[in-house]
Amino acid sequence: MDWLDPNLRWVLLGTTLLGIASGTLGAFAFLRGRSLMGDALAHAALPGVCVAFLVGQWLQGRGVLGEGGAKSLGLILLGAGLAGLLAAWCIAGVARHSRLKEDTTQAIILSVFFGAGVVLLTRIQHSGAGGQSGLDKFLFGQAASLVASDVRLMAAIAIVLCLLSFALFKEWKLLCFDPAFGTGLGLPMARLDGVLLLMIVAAVVIGLQAVGVVLIAALLITPPAAARFWTDRLSTMILLSAFFGGCSGVLGTIVSALPASQGLPTGPMIVMAATFVFVLSVLLAPRRGAVARVWRVWRTREKVQRENLLRDWYEVLENHQAQGLQTDVVSLDELSRKRSHNAGGALKQLEKMGLARQREHGWQLTETGQAEAHRVTRNHRLWEMFLMYETSLGAVAVDRDADTVEHFLPPEAIEQLETMLRQIGHEPRLAKGAGAA
Amino acid sequence: MSQNTQPPALEVHDLTVAYARKPVLWDVDFTVPGGNLIAVIGPNGAGKSTLLKSVMGLLPVASGWIKVYGQPVETQRKLIGYVPQRESVDWDFPTDALDVVLMGTYGKLGWFKKPGKAEKELAMNCLDQLGMASFANRQISQLSGGQQQRVFLARALAQQAQIYFMDEPFAGVDAATENAIVTLLRELKEQGKTVFVVHHDLETVREYFDHVVLLNMRVIASGPAQTTFTHENLQKTYGGKLTVLSTIAEEIMGDETKRAQFEKRGGGK
Repeated sequence: MDWLDPNLRWVLLGTTLLGIASGTLGAFAFLRGRSLMGDALAHAALPGVCVAFLVGQWLQGRGVLGEGGAKSLGLILLGAGLAGLLAAWCIAGVARHSRLKEDTTQAIILSVFFGAGVVLLTRIQHSGAGGQSGLDKFLFGQAASLVASDVRLMAAIAIVLCLLSFALFKEWKLLCFDPAFGTGLGLPMARLDGVLLLMIVAAVVIGLQAVGVVLIAALLITPPAAARFWTDRLSTMILLSAFFGGCSGVLGTIVSALPASQGLPTGPMIVMAATFVFVLSVLLAPRRGAVARVWRVWRTREKVQRENLLRDWYEVLENHQAQGLQTDVVSLDELSRKRSHNAGGALKQLEKMGLARQREHGWQLTETGQAEAHRVTRNHRLWEMFLMYETSLGAVAVDRDADTVEHFLPPEAIEQLETMLRQIGHEPRLAKGAGAA
Repeated sequence: MSQNTQPPALEVHDLTVAYARKPVLWDVDFTVPGGNLIAVIGPNGAGKSTLLKSVMGLLPVASGWIKVYGQPVETQRKLIGYVPQRESVDWDFPTDALDVVLMGTYGKLGWFKKPGKAEKELAMNCLDQLGMASFANRQISQLSGGQQQRVFLARALAQQAQIYFMDEPFAGVDAATENAIVTLLRELKEQGKTVFVVHHDLETVREYFDHVVLLNMRVIASGPAQTTFTHENLQKTYGGKLTVLSTIAEEIMGDETKRAQFEKRGGGK
């Protein structure tokens, strides 16, 4: 790989900008539920490319365009864009005037346009001068064919797209989250939706030469899908999506330019790179990632089992006290009785945490263990009372995720709950931290 | 009945709404006076939400017109607050409660401008009014259904409107949220605002609202709850389906008998 090769540098710049622009715009398309629409538009661009080439050839023949004018990227992208818009119009029209769902109409229009595109492409390539048309590069992309003027055009469109995305950030957010509310505010949501579609078409079109109609949608879909795993903030998600898109562009281009890759196609490599980022995100993202989820479920399960055991233990001790038994040592059997399930695993954990210890005839809570059992039991019983008398407590801001009742109830309400517990004789009766016996 | 010189808060005239070929609402004609809490009542499929969406200008109407404070809705957007049905949005959207409430300020903010300190303060106050201040930075998918509903109400408050349209705000909420909404409705009424609510719970109509619009594809009756929410009108609105609501029917019948005795005129049949 030759870093000084100016051509490679142009290609790298082009694919990076492409990744950033489609990552940014893809995020809005993704949240608006338009991911599939991007794919349909991309496929539908192919006949546009062919027709634009034919028109160019005709103009060239009449001397309107100079030598090679038929291959002018501007003209071809214009054709692709118009075909994309026509397809979008068809999709919306068929969906509105038939009982078909939008995904069905998208699939139909996508195949029809793509089919027509392939027919046209074959015709052109079998015609005399068409052999050198190079139109087949629009099918799977050919980044190496990007030259300075192509990249300048791509860059201009990419920058406009990014600027529009950021300038109308709050409007796009509203459009994606709640368009009906936006209309209620008096914002022209239908028109904004149209502009977003236009921008998606533009993002698709500038990627055609580098990545091709078949794969370009992946650049629109994969980076935002990956970004969603890492954050719950829209602005962060969009920046991440742009970043992932840009990285995929760089990574894919460099890998395909390595001498060892022996000319692997750049477009597909970019898509592979984006997918690689996506897979990493699905697995490793904190909170939303698969590993984090499994870990969290496992942790919660352990905690629930531990707390259940502590409560059962506390009740056993309460019973001991009520019966006047002097021992605070209980058997595993006694602890397992209530749930008819072996408490051994949770017990081992409590021991490891220093909350319980083994004695000659059974098990005993340590001092911290007693305090913890008291806390867990009290909290649990307060919750039960709260759920029974919720409305009379007037607590509006109830956070059901809160661990302890104290975290969301004012002290007066807690006192009230404790009085209620005492009235039904259900207050935790073992003094906190004191010996149970 | 109010005889204000001021135009009525909401005036719907000869409204017909049709999906595809079939009209779902027709001959809808009613007026509601300002400063009231109004409930739209009717069975499932009666077109309550359709009515609300048409009034908001979200659906094309086949005939008729709607005026808010004497002017078409399009020119009165800044006077209107809106609470859509909670299920109408994706709650897994990457945003937090405060951010959703801030959306209520977008209308007055204008293009390109970002919400600033004043807007954030307003949004926080609105959240606080619904007891949701401590959830401002909570991701919206981590809120309970009732809390999500309160976020939507706070967002409508942030619109600082004169008339509010709410689509089933009481649907599937917990007791605490129901209390919070009722308190809010009363506060809004005290401030002289009008609230137009799609409601499904007949038991609470008389307690919560002072004006009702009974709807079943057309308007059966519209007027003050005391005189309009009658057994006869409910029977007409719900067809024969009122049996399940017999307790309310009995309650109303009781009231009506009392009033009939009082007025010496037959109130119920």
